[in-house]
Amino acid sequence: MSPIHYVALSVILFVIGGVGVLVRRNAIVVFMCIELMLNACNLAFVAFARMHGNLDGQVIAFFVMVVAAAEVVVGLAILMAIFRARRSASVDDANLLKY
Amino acid sequence: MSHILAATPSGTNTDSIAVETVFWILAFISVGAALAMILVRRAVHCAIMLAVVMLCLATMYAMQGAPFLAFVQIIVYTGAVLMLFLFVVMLIGISSSDSVVETIKGQRAAAGLAAIGLFLILILSIGHAAIGPAARTTAANNVDNINLTGLARLIFTTYVFPFEVTGALLITAAVGAMVLAHRERTAPKPTQRDLAARRLVSGQLAPDPAPGVYALHDAADRPALLPDGSTSELSVSQTLAPRDPNEETPPVRPELPAPAVTEAES
Repeated sequence: MSPIHYVALSVILFVIGGVGVLVRRNAIVVFMCIELMLNACNLAFVAFARMHGNLDGQVIAFFVMVVAAAEVVVGLAILMAIFRARRSASVDDANLLKY
Repeated sequence: MSHILAATPSGTNTDSIAVETVFWILAFISVGAALAMILVRRAVHCAIMLAVVMLCLATMYAMQGAPFLAFVQIIVYTGAVLMLFLFVVMLIGISSSDSVVETIKGQRAAAGLAAIGLFLILILSIGHAAIGPAARTTAANNVDNINLTGLARLIFTTYVFPFEVTGALLITAAVGAMVLAHRERTAPKPTQRDLAARRLVSGQLAPDPAPGVYALHDAADRPALLPDGSTSELSVSQTLAPRDPNEETPPVRPELPAPAVTEAES
């Protein structure tokens, strides 16, 4: 398979993840969609690494995974803190800064 | 193991029919699962769909000569990150589903338009980019023709500074998560003496009775039977008590009388 197929698939997954971030209300699901976008980026990185015949893209994908893990830890902790204060995981209910 | 970890000599021989078939199957499964992920209502189902996508991507990494990333994807993403997601889903409420009410008027349509625009831009840009066929992995990158060794050499030479920064990031994230999860105690912690005094005042010295264990049903949400045949509400945990019995686990013995007499009253 040519790397362009993988890149096209990663574009599709990225866009689907973006739609999920835009339309979903549950903060956990929004997080999952962000993870989907990061995974799509990783797929593109690996495809580019294969296209160039070196491993730099794979190293970058590895770093993306590490950063995503850290992001999930902090993000879910924030979510739990918000849920404790407001008894809701919906992104619409965290609107104290609005007023 | 070496045949898995060895970097596949990408190029002509990997473009076989089998690889192509596997790619298309995985592509359809992953896109379908991703679509299902943004369409299903419950957060748990979303997590399962995300697991499907991640496993498909792991297989694709393995097909593209990145076996180490494939393993890391399965271990870190589907193993750790998704379990973390599931933990939080369980904490927040397994049955919490999204509301379908649009809080901002026309938001879905706008999101759809934005998605189409983003998709067109990205597809056009990769159409314009010169994405050539897969190059043969150079021997300098794959030490002993093993993907893992080549990656390790790159991480600890060229990318050693980002690697160190990643360590700092992980420590910061761990500390941040601990700070966010920490809760200040508003009331002093009750000592054993306080608990004993509270128990004396409450009038029930003995611990709560154990939940019912029947021949047909052995579950913690079944109340215990009292000697007179009535059920004891005290025996069911407060967390389980408000559960609707008609929801998922119908009572095995519906002929039991309603818990009119509880132990506290008798």
